[in-house]
Amino acid sequence: MQLMKRILEARSAYFFILPAYFFFVVFTLLPLLQGLQFSFYDVKLTSRTWVGLDNFIGLYQDPVFWKALTNTVVLVVGIVPAAMAISLFIAVIVYPLGRGLQTFFRMAFYMPIVASGVALSLVWLWILNPTYGLLNYVLGLLGAGPVAWLGTPNMALLTVDMVVITMIVGQPVILYIAALGGIPRDLYESAMIDGAGAWRQFRSITLPLLKPTTLFVLVTQTIGVFQVFVVIHLMTGGGPAHGTQTIVYRMYQTGFDFFNFGTASALGVVLILLVSVVAWAQFKWLGQETEY
Amino acid sequence: MDNLQRTPAERIAGGLGLLIVCLLAAVQLMPLYWMLTGSLKVLTDTIEIPPDWFPTTITWDNYKQLLLDNPTLRWLWNSLFMALAATLGTLVTSSLAGYAFGKKSFPGKNLLFWTMLITMMLPNQVMLIPLYLLIAKLGWVNTYAGLIMPFIAYPFGVFLMKQFMQSIPSELLDAAKMDGAGELRIFSSIVVPIALPAIGSIGIFAFVAVWNEYLWQLVVIDRDIMLTLPVAIAKLAKGVASLNLGLAMAGATVAFIPMLIFFLAFQRFFIKGVMVGSLKG
Repeated sequence: MQLMKRILEARSAYFFILPAYFFFVVFTLLPLLQGLQFSFYDVKLTSRTWVGLDNFIGLYQDPVFWKALTNTVVLVVGIVPAAMAISLFIAVIVYPLGRGLQTFFRMAFYMPIVASGVALSLVWLWILNPTYGLLNYVLGLLGAGPVAWLGTPNMALLTVDMVVITMIVGQPVILYIAALGGIPRDLYESAMIDGAGAWRQFRSITLPLLKPTTLFVLVTQTIGVFQVFVVIHLMTGGGPAHGTQTIVYRMYQTGFDFFNFGTASALGVVLILLVSVVAWAQFKWLGQETEY
Repeated sequence: MDNLQRTPAERIAGGLGLLIVCLLAAVQLMPLYWMLTGSLKVLTDTIEIPPDWFPTTITWDNYKQLLLDNPTLRWLWNSLFMALAATLGTLVTSSLAGYAFGKKSFPGKNLLFWTMLITMMLPNQVMLIPLYLLIAKLGWVNTYAGLIMPFIAYPFGVFLMKQFMQSIPSELLDAAKMDGAGELRIFSSIVVPIALPAIGSIGIFAFVAVWNEYLWQLVVIDRDIMLTLPVAIAKLAKGVASLNLGLAMAGATVAFIPMLIFFLAFQRFFIKGVMVGSLKG
């Protein structure tokens, strides 16, 4: 009764939430739950049959799935820390520069985020071409190469890794530059009076005070890297020899090339588990870090 | 930082750092330069080694072919219409919901809010298959509805809006209520005007996010005339233009330009928007 009364009193709040929640439930929440359900079915466009764990067993026995899983982890583990370190480095160097230069660099690093992934993937494909690509030509001038950037499975994964990094550092660069501006100057001044050098100041003032930004960047970049699709779709198609296959790409292929929606849903479930584990590990790790 | 107080070693490190940053910036900007100049090169020049740093013969044929032989303007319109409609929807739903979550207390509030927030942490792709089957069942494959509807509710927008709404002083709303203003009246004449900066930022976020939902656009549309610009350009580049790099680059440029204009027009919002999201870290 009490609850009913409170609900009734607050009814206007529910009306405010209703539009967002309607679309959220229909196009996000229910599909999410249905994805879980579909992973136990053989799903066709018009019919579905219960198959128990068959979809998951199929994945377990599929070497391509393991390849995709490993690659996804390798991409996240390889890209996220590298992108964070690079963007922090850039921010620290760029921040003390004058206004004009700072704006220039901010733009330079942010531009690839603005440019569509499609445009960049197409250009990189050309630049990385083994015979008429710019990169091998430049390497040739320096007496190195040619490198088959997308030619072997491992090299292709590394190349995708690097291309993705160039596409995503812009956001953390901007965030770090802004966060650096929020650190009180007098902290550095008193550190200098105490005789702390630049590195020492960075270690004991800059880095700890940037932590909230670092946490935010870590979480958003991780989600972003899990979603990498365009680069793989356009540059490698998951190849060669599944060398750049990822969970998301495999899900797309399974669903829309092989029309096996059940297995594709199972891949979606694996992705949810993977993201949850990584998110949990990150919070755990960063939670520990706070205790100094 | 005052340069005078740095040791020589620190200054050298600083200079070296700047050099590396310049190199990294070059790596960032080079593809864009290569795309623009490539789009103006004739076929033979695009596969020439050593490459021309600047096109020797400038040709507009790639653009002519792109715009005249393909419904490129229609593709552009499809993308624009989709992104604008979804953004508008997002702004309405997330400002209403953000206001309720930020300023009102009601049973179930935390549960409702966190349910939304948790899905925000999941990559959109986990919904890909069931959402596609839903859209197919609704008969929305190859339609604007199929492109737009899934993005009307934007949990990230609700989240940001809630953060912003919390900063609106409650006294202001209470005073209006005392004066006898109804809920909708308060919302439209007090809350919305105050929230305009947040609405702007979220709108820009949503626009870019929807524009870039490549995978969804790829699966939900396969009729040529309904394709969105990025997907159409990608298909073109994989098809006809795979033999003509200049054409592929013209396509890439055309896919890039709308976003560039958008970015330049709203640059300040972009930077601010990126930071709004990080406030709560």
